[in-house]
Amino acid sequence: MIRLWFPLGILALWAVAAISGDWVVESANQIDLQRILQSPGEQGLMGYDDLGRPILQRIWVGAQVSLLVSVGVVTLSLLIGTAVGLFAGYQGGWLDLILVRIMDVFLAFPGILLAIALAGVMGPGVDNLIIALSAVGWVGFARLTRGQVLSLKQRDHVTAAIALGTPRHLILLRHLLPLLSAPLIVEATFGMAGMVIAEAGLSFLGLGIQPPDASWGSLIRDGASYMLMAPHMVLAPGVAIMLVVLSLNILGDRLRDRLDHRSHG
Amino acid sequence: MGRFLLSRLVTAFVSMFGVACLVFLLIHLVPGDPVDVMLGESARPADRQALRASLGLDQPIDTQLLNYFSGLAQFDLGQSLHSKRAVGELLAERIPATLELAFAALFVALIIAVPLGILAAVERGKAWDWGAMGFSMLGVSIPNFWLGPMLILCFSLWLGLTPVSGRDGLTSLILPAVTLGSGFAAILACMVRSSLLEVLGEDFVRTARAKGVAEFQVIWRHAMRNAWLPVATLLGLQLGALLGGAVVTEVVFDWPGIGSLMIESIQKRDYPVVQGCVLFISLMYVLVNTLTDLLYGLIDPRIRLDNSK
Repeated sequence: MIRLWFPLGILALWAVAAISGDWVVESANQIDLQRILQSPGEQGLMGYDDLGRPILQRIWVGAQVSLLVSVGVVTLSLLIGTAVGLFAGYQGGWLDLILVRIMDVFLAFPGILLAIALAGVMGPGVDNLIIALSAVGWVGFARLTRGQVLSLKQRDHVTAAIALGTPRHLILLRHLLPLLSAPLIVEATFGMAGMVIAEAGLSFLGLGIQPPDASWGSLIRDGASYMLMAPHMVLAPGVAIMLVVLSLNILGDRLRDRLDHRSHG
Repeated sequence: MGRFLLSRLVTAFVSMFGVACLVFLLIHLVPGDPVDVMLGESARPADRQALRASLGLDQPIDTQLLNYFSGLAQFDLGQSLHSKRAVGELLAERIPATLELAFAALFVALIIAVPLGILAAVERGKAWDWGAMGFSMLGVSIPNFWLGPMLILCFSLWLGLTPVSGRDGLTSLILPAVTLGSGFAAILACMVRSSLLEVLGEDFVRTARAKGVAEFQVIWRHAMRNAWLPVATLLGLQLGALLGGAVVTEVVFDWPGIGSLMIESIQKRDYPVVQGCVLFISLMYVLVNTLTDLLYGLIDPRIRLDNSK
């Protein structure tokens, strides 16, 4: 299919834009009334918005929010989810039962509904955004880890470790966790893709990043009111989201083929 | 079967109870004093006290929880702070629009995904397969809050074929349904393809072909019938997820459903209504999932036998 350099190139660009975002913040928020809704051209590669701010720079700054939130959420979800899943799967018994019931409750909220409600109630801001999305994100990792541990703990090397009197935390960390890393990395890559969309979605709804700061989602929301006069306001941030999400999904697909033979049949 | 039914119902009940508890806790996550946030800092102390009492926030938390559940048992979801109307009433007004959108999106997803998935499986490894899989990769990567505005731009603003927003007749339903349904079409097409590919490798398909059954009949009558089961489960799960995903789409198209009610209420800090919306959508989701599970168990004995072990 598409060679790996395409997604990797896009993701590298995303990371570089995010890291260097601080340098263009000033020009991204620079209001220039002469340039209101100006189309893309020589002066502005992606045109200007309804306050005459350059779209290119605003997308550049938006990369920072989207990378920060998606990496933050996936890291936090991965830590919580893996810990819960390891514990529930290995320990079994009533503890497992309770943890599975708790997971069921979180899984009973469809999609990002719970995140929307949490972000709406807790108020806007990057930290609340990360908390709200992690509250939704950890369950997937917990369920995956628990399922894997249930089958892995039957393996001979684990039985041998138990027979040799290896302490429990060492069995979990040294004998189980390394075998879990492949499916977890695959899940985390897809998780990143989902979180880029979720962050932009919450910001689109006005629950994430607040003005004057830019997020890809809020750029689309701002642009939607000027679509007929300045379609570039909606077009550019949307393409940015699509390229990053597409790259993460392609990367996830490739990683699954490469690392995780079992789930591929 | 009895045991299977019972275990599914218990799971559903526990989930619903947990969802209700989490929704109850939502209002306690409001930073600072929820009454301050709702009324603003300049509110008179008497008004504050009145709101606190009407929300029951002046009582200890266990009494609050008890009152909340006894209210739920009587289908009483509280009262809107803004319009002073019952939350249940507000929800009831919006339910038809959300259901209409969800079913229309499901229909769109089906008419795109089933032919595409079948084509991809039959033409495995050829151009159609790559095309279909490319479409589905793109479909899951395009957020609906971007697809929606782009469709409005093309079909409403440039071509003038459909209304920009609102709910007024069939033409106004087309764009929201396509926006909400396309992501699911992408997932569904993959599912149809892989499910059909699995079945096409079975002996009875080879037998049918050996008997000289026409290829179309082999696919549609013999293979597809067996490929439906996993697809049907996914459909059930998706119908529930569509209710959640509808929030963003409803906002894009100003569709008067529960999702847009929820966002409006968040903006007005009308928390009882927000709680009602979350609770309703989640309970619908649990209900649909449980029904799908039960139906699946009814159709395929392997499922219920596996579960009652």
